[in-house]
Amino acid sequence: MKNQEKEFLSVKDLVVEYTSEDTVIHAVNGVSFSLEKGHVLGLVGETGAGKTTIAKSILRVLPDMSARVVGGEIRLESEELLTKPEKEMEKIRGKKISMIFQDPMTALNPTQTIGAQIAEVISTHNKISKAEAQTRAMQMLEMVGIKADRYQDYPFQLSGGMKQRVVIAIALACDPELLLADEPTTALDVTIQAQVLDMIRNLKKEMGTSLILITHDLGVVGEMCDEVAVVYAGQIIESGTKWDIFDHPSHPYTVGLFHALPDISKKTDRLSPIEGLPPDPSALPDGCSFHPRCPYAEDKCRQGEMPTVEVSAGHFCKCCRCGIVNEEV
Amino acid sequence: MGRYIIKRLVMTLVVVIIAAWLIFTIMFFVPGDPARIMLGSNATYEEILAKREQLGLTGSYISRLAKYMYNCFIRLDFGTSWTYETPVFEQLVSRLPYTLIVTVSQMIFSLIIGVPLGIYAALHQNRWGDKLVTVFSMLGFSIPGFWLSLEMVILFSLRLGWLPAYGTGGIEYYILPVIGMSLGTLCQNARQTRSSVLEVMRADYVTTARAKGLSSNKVTLKHIMPNAMLPIITMVGGSLGGLIAGSAITEQTFSIPGIGLYMLTAMNNRDYPVVEAITILLAAITSICMLLTDLCYAAIDPRIKAQYVQGGSKKVRRGRKKNG
Repeated sequence: MKNQEKEFLSVKDLVVEYTSEDTVIHAVNGVSFSLEKGHVLGLVGETGAGKTTIAKSILRVLPDMSARVVGGEIRLESEELLTKPEKEMEKIRGKKISMIFQDPMTALNPTQTIGAQIAEVISTHNKISKAEAQTRAMQMLEMVGIKADRYQDYPFQLSGGMKQRVVIAIALACDPELLLADEPTTALDVTIQAQVLDMIRNLKKEMGTSLILITHDLGVVGEMCDEVAVVYAGQIIESGTKWDIFDHPSHPYTVGLFHALPDISKKTDRLSPIEGLPPDPSALPDGCSFHPRCPYAEDKCRQGEMPTVEVSAGHFCKCCRCGIVNEEV
Repeated sequence: MGRYIIKRLVMTLVVVIIAAWLIFTIMFFVPGDPARIMLGSNATYEEILAKREQLGLTGSYISRLAKYMYNCFIRLDFGTSWTYETPVFEQLVSRLPYTLIVTVSQMIFSLIIGVPLGIYAALHQNRWGDKLVTVFSMLGFSIPGFWLSLEMVILFSLRLGWLPAYGTGGIEYYILPVIGMSLGTLCQNARQTRSSVLEVMRADYVTTARAKGLSSNKVTLKHIMPNAMLPIITMVGGSLGGLIAGSAITEQTFSIPGIGLYMLTAMNNRDYPVVEAITILLAAITSICMLLTDLCYAAIDPRIKAQYVQGGSKKVRRGRKKNG
């Protein structure tokens, strides 16, 4: 019960499907996790694993036409979000939960000034005058390191890094309690990446925001996160604290991810990638969805639901052979 | 911006001069002798020669072209109609309002019905409302305007007697020409709007707008529409030229004494001054419509406005022409 109170966000058995023509794409297949207030959870996985879909489900901004939440529950401070009427959800979006989108080049409206786009979210959630909203928007610009006199600039007049800062300013403008950062640094070059990460970290410290950080960059995870969940084919296959995952990776996929990283302390000629490709989400394999690529796969991996094993306290792994994997690593 | 507009107006003048030269040349070389047509088959050779002299049909190409250009652009005299024997300019001034009333009403009608239909269809994609709009616009687009107009005249004028079948007068005279002849444009607008809105709806910045907590109406109005309008404006700008050119059919069908009907009659009678003057007028109207289209573009899209303000380098303008 005590644990329940500490839970700020909890996602249980979330299932999301996309339909296009006649094919059903199983993007998220029974994802559960929870997040404590002020903590940072990293969602790690390959492109197309379903990380962004999880975040968009929480905010309920999936495309109406094609996406459908089939089942599960998402609770924010024990309030169910999935069944909330749209009108109440509008009050939560941008205010309590906000999201930093992946691609800054397309995330901003090309026909509005950046200032107006920041001011818009402020005046939507606060009963203040236009001038006040404008002043607050200018403060937000300054906070993300853009001079306030660029308020009247349009997105096409900014560089990619600056656009990403504007996207971040929009996301942070109403002091959200939960921030969903979807690959906030992927579209940026390395120096800007470091600046953006610093900025998010500072803001988190100042405002006590909880953060879900979606990335495929393990370096970013190591720097930023408290907890990590590894997503593969729409399932969380391993989760635990950062140290659990980095020091004792237990799922063959996580192990493979770390093997694929270059190690500067050793002389390596070739990296060892994980063989094969992620499965087609419209035709997932039976059993463990990783088994076609898994070096440890055996018959029992090829059918049925994989058990979730608690490797150590709070460190879960969805693999029927993770004991064996652990010994070898 | 002002500099850009002036530049474009100068270009419009150039376009008009070139159009005048082209139409003069075409009329010069086109077979058929106006003097013979005007005098009928009984005229003697001497009579025809005298008529030619009177109409100014003698002299070399160069000397006639020079005289024509001088009259048009320096004296602003477009000559006298050979068939009606009245000054062309006067006729144009008295006829242009009819044509403008009809075409502008057609454009407004096709916009205020077509665009909302398209938006409605896009926002209700794949539901029955959308399917209805799609089928309707496909049908409306395929039906020739003159045929629909004639059917409507049969139904509303002859059978029901609600509306006059032809002529001009009060607003009731314009209902059939406007609806009958602009249904195609209306349906085209609906289809273009639908596909344009659908495309913008998928854009990332629309998701950003939703994630801000805006109501769906606000998202549509402030984020989807301004961006979806761009291709619609291009199309409307283009269709205005088409509507004016199509005014010949409208005016013929409904006996409206506008420019189009004037032009048709003049062409049949080899009435050179009239045909030439109308061609120049249409060239000017079309160029100005295109300028207005580009200005609407700039008003909505800051990227395009920035190009114009920078002085609109040649490269930029050429790029825009291709899109338009």
